Amino acid sequence: MLIIDNLSKSFIHTSTNESMQILKDINFTAEEGQFVCIVGPSGCGKTTLLRMIAGLERQDSGHIYLNDKEILSPVTDIGFIFQETTLLPWRTVLRNVEFGLEIGNVPKKQRRQRALEFVELVELKGFEDYYPKQISGGMKRKAALAMSLVVDPKILLMDEPFVALDCQSRSQLQEALLNIWAKTKKTVIFVTHNVEEAVFLADEIICLSTRPAEIYRIMKVDMPRPRDRTSPELNKIRKEILNFIKTRSHWSMPLIRMM
Amino acid sequence: MKILLRLLPVIVFMALWQLMVATEIIPENRLPSPINIILGIKELFVTGMPPGSTLLTHIAESMKRVLAGLALAIVAGLPLGIFMSYWRKLGDMLHPLVEMLRPIPPLAWVPISILWFGIGDRSASFIIFLGAFFPILLNTINGVLSIKPRFIEAAIILGAKRGNLFFKVLLPGAMPSIITGIRIGVGIAWMTLVAAEFTGVKSGYGLGYMIMTARDIQRADLILAGMAVIGFIGYCIDLIIRKIEQKLLRWV
Ligand SMILES: Nc1ncnc2c1ncn2[C@@H]1O[C@H](COP(=O)(O)OP(=O)(O)OP(=O)(O)O)[C@@H](O)[C@H]1O
Ligand SMILES: [Mg+2]
Repeated sequence: MLIIDNLSKSFIHTSTNESMQILKDINFTAEEGQFVCIVGPSGCGKTTLLRMIAGLERQDSGHIYLNDKEILSPVTDIGFIFQETTLLPWRTVLRNVEFGLEIGNVPKKQRRQRALEFVELVELKGFEDYYPKQISGGMKRKAALAMSLVVDPKILLMDEPFVALDCQSRSQLQEALLNIWAKTKKTVIFVTHNVEEAVFLADEIICLSTRPAEIYRIMKVDMPRPRDRTSPELNKIRKEILNFIKTRSHWSMPLIRMM
Repeated sequence: MKILLRLLPVIVFMALWQLMVATEIIPENRLPSPINIILGIKELFVTGMPPGSTLLTHIAESMKRVLAGLALAIVAGLPLGIFMSYWRKLGDMLHPLVEMLRPIPPLAWVPISILWFGIGDRSASFIIFLGAFFPILLNTINGVLSIKPRFIEAAIILGAKRGNLFFKVLLPGAMPSIITGIRIGVGIAWMTLVAAEFTGVKSGYGLGYMIMTARDIQRADLILAGMAVIGFIGYCIDLIIRKIEQKLLRWV
């Protein structure tokens, strides 16, 4: 279980020495195995929130607990898919996917086999020996997904992982992710700009305001799975969120345009 | 075709030179003609200078010193560079010291190095080490600093400890810059070598020593032959490093 308890965070601008508050009194809980989506306008602090959960950034006040342990330093049993892909450019796709297993000292034969399974899962078969510079942006996203999933983390933090993918790959990867999630019951915290995506994936959608980001609203999506993207029920929830966003003049234009 | 185009300036240059010596615009005893230099190289190969010490033994001896100095520079400069960029406090602390030692030309170390190590291999290798060390150190530091922090964070999240971080992230990530450093270092090492051998090696072999011996007996053709060999080997070394670079850095 992930507990976010009254989290606040400011950054001090090095040039002006001014403090800018990013997150304000964030409270939520993600049950084990829950799929939580976070939506919010650009620059409101979603990435910062994920980085704090991963222990890569320190909050000013408040606490984060993962399975009853407070997070005080970088956490290693989570999967983090960064907004910019973090494929190591000097490793091929396969060796990138293998990386986490290599660090975990998994024997060579086993890790190769497991990495190949995940390469196949994200449909990169045939590109194992390509370097990151030789594959497209979308393929990099897929490889980054495989790279985090391969070590079987208990909790997955995903920062706009499916951005810049074509419709079809995006749908496929969403479904692949849901499959893995259903099988392994991971907790997923998934940041996205795309309300349709959030509605399709999430058990719960957390809507953040503009900076300093507060939680505007937590929406439950109590819909059975597998879900039909075009079902009236999903549409209704989507509309509700969009309407809700529109009534808040704070929300930035780019976010609304993207949907 | 490309090779021919590149050779053309060399050929024209040589031809003009030969012509000027043949028409006695330039006196032969000052600047021997290219043909005589080539003959000189042959003489160095066969008879040697001093007689009995052939060109190949000199080259081998010089190479040995360069390799020793270079290996030392890599062994010292690479880890130190990684540490200095990973522990920024250490880097900041050592920075003034490095920047004060760096501008001292390697050759200025010759007297003290002779005092410390005597005349011979160790002294020459030390001078070469000094020439190669700083480019390797500074390029390693730059290389590590150019690695995106996200890569390091991602590795930490995947469970990387310090050893893994050094060997699987920082070292490969800095490799392009490190190889550049080594290439510059080798170039300086090779330049420094010959000069170090002028003064730092009295007995024994080496290209610098060979050239000084030729000067002692007023053989301009052999001096220039030795210089040509040094230039050619320097060129070959650079070519080899470029090849290695291409192989190692296919991902760039
Ligand atoms: N290390 C930092 N130092 C100073 N300010 C920072 C730092 N990191 C982030 N910020 C600021 O914090 C705010 C939130 O950034 P963050 O990356 O969390 O936004 P985001 O919600 O992920 O945006 P996007 O949707 O565009 O990815 C931004 O205004 C940014 O300028
Ligand atoms: Mg972000």
